[in-house]
Amino acid sequence: MSSKSLKYLTGPLSSDNPVIVQILGICSALAVTVQLKPAIVMGLSVMVVTAFSNLVMSFLRNGVPSRIRIIVQLVVIATFVILVDQILKAFVYDVSKQLSVYVGLIITNCIVMGRVEAFALANKPWASFLDGIGNGAGYAMILIIVAFIRELLGSGSLFGFRIIPESWYIENGGFYSNCGLMLFPPMALIIVGCIIWVHRSRNKELQEK
Amino acid sequence: METLNIFIRSIFIDNMVFSFFFGMCSFIAVSKSVKTALGLGAAVTFVMVMTVPINYLLNEYVLKPNALVEGVDLSFLSFIVFIAVIAAFTQLVEMIVERFSPTLYNQLGIFLPLIAVNCAIMGGSLFMQQKVEAGDIQNAWQSIVYGLGSGLGWWLAIVMMAAIRERITYSHIPAALKGPGIAFIITGLMGIAFMIFSGIKL
Repeated sequence: MSSKSLKYLTGPLSSDNPVIVQILGICSALAVTVQLKPAIVMGLSVMVVTAFSNLVMSFLRNGVPSRIRIIVQLVVIATFVILVDQILKAFVYDVSKQLSVYVGLIITNCIVMGRVEAFALANKPWASFLDGIGNGAGYAMILIIVAFIRELLGSGSLFGFRIIPESWYIENGGFYSNCGLMLFPPMALIIVGCIIWVHRSRNKELQEK
Repeated sequence: METLNIFIRSIFIDNMVFSFFFGMCSFIAVSKSVKTALGLGAAVTFVMVMTVPINYLLNEYVLKPNALVEGVDLSFLSFIVFIAVIAAFTQLVEMIVERFSPTLYNQLGIFLPLIAVNCAIMGGSLFMQQKVEAGDIQNAWQSIVYGLGSGLGWWLAIVMMAAIRERITYSHIPAALKGPGIAFIITGLMGIAFMIFSGIKL
């Protein structure tokens, strides 16, 4: 793999991250981060949808008139989302129930639409496919970081396995208690805010003047 | 009473922004001035009021199991049908705004066509479908009220956010937090404030 295609994959992980730099796709991102498992499933689904929509739209890019491109994009994306939704329902039904409407909302996830508009319509299929994978991975990474913090501090477990020993809890005569606030939606926003803070203090060129 | 309950719930308790994070992309990007925020909020509310009932009728008479033809379940098509209705409507709103308020049209820029992919609107339709299954929305009238309430909730949120952000330009924020960073934290704090509404039932 050439260094250029490698850049499509690794760029979105940090310096061009879709969530914390481009501020895309926050909509469906944060509500699924109470636990790690749905966060990972959601991250993978978005990666698949972004990669394949990018691929298909890149193949179609010369044949679609620009006036009707939005609706064509929506149809392509919606098709992949329906496929992902049906697959999730068939194989991981409990996670699919947990994600509820958020799977459907991948259609309106700005990352998918944004990458198709900004990248796939101007680049070759293979590069677009890699760009889709990279952006999906950047998105999944933020989801996993947020879910890790929220599940560990909010319920004291990871992937549903107990990490904080039972004997530490106050009910059992210990000193520890879960931070219930972590389970509420607003904390996800504050955690992402803090991630942006850390990220921008390390990458000074991204700071706003 | 039931209808009023749906209305109040969808504005305050199940607020699109603060409890479901719907429409965050345009929420963060367009909330820099109150005037633009008012315009976008109005457009989103309008699209929401129109599309939720249309999608309700489609769901009721076409997509539901046994609705169109006995023994045929078309519910897997709901994503694509909903998004098509929303995209068509957005196109209409775009043309209306361009005709009657060119200034607003220029201010909103790219975010006007992006109403089509505003998660709040799609989310409104998907939640409506879920509420129909759960029996919370029983007729078309209630679905209009639900659409209106959700739209108003989003409108309220973005205008509040824009007002805070207009003020905050004068304060001394750490360089790395400027822009989106502080916007996220403010939204989080507003969300905590909105949590006081949870549990209210009429």
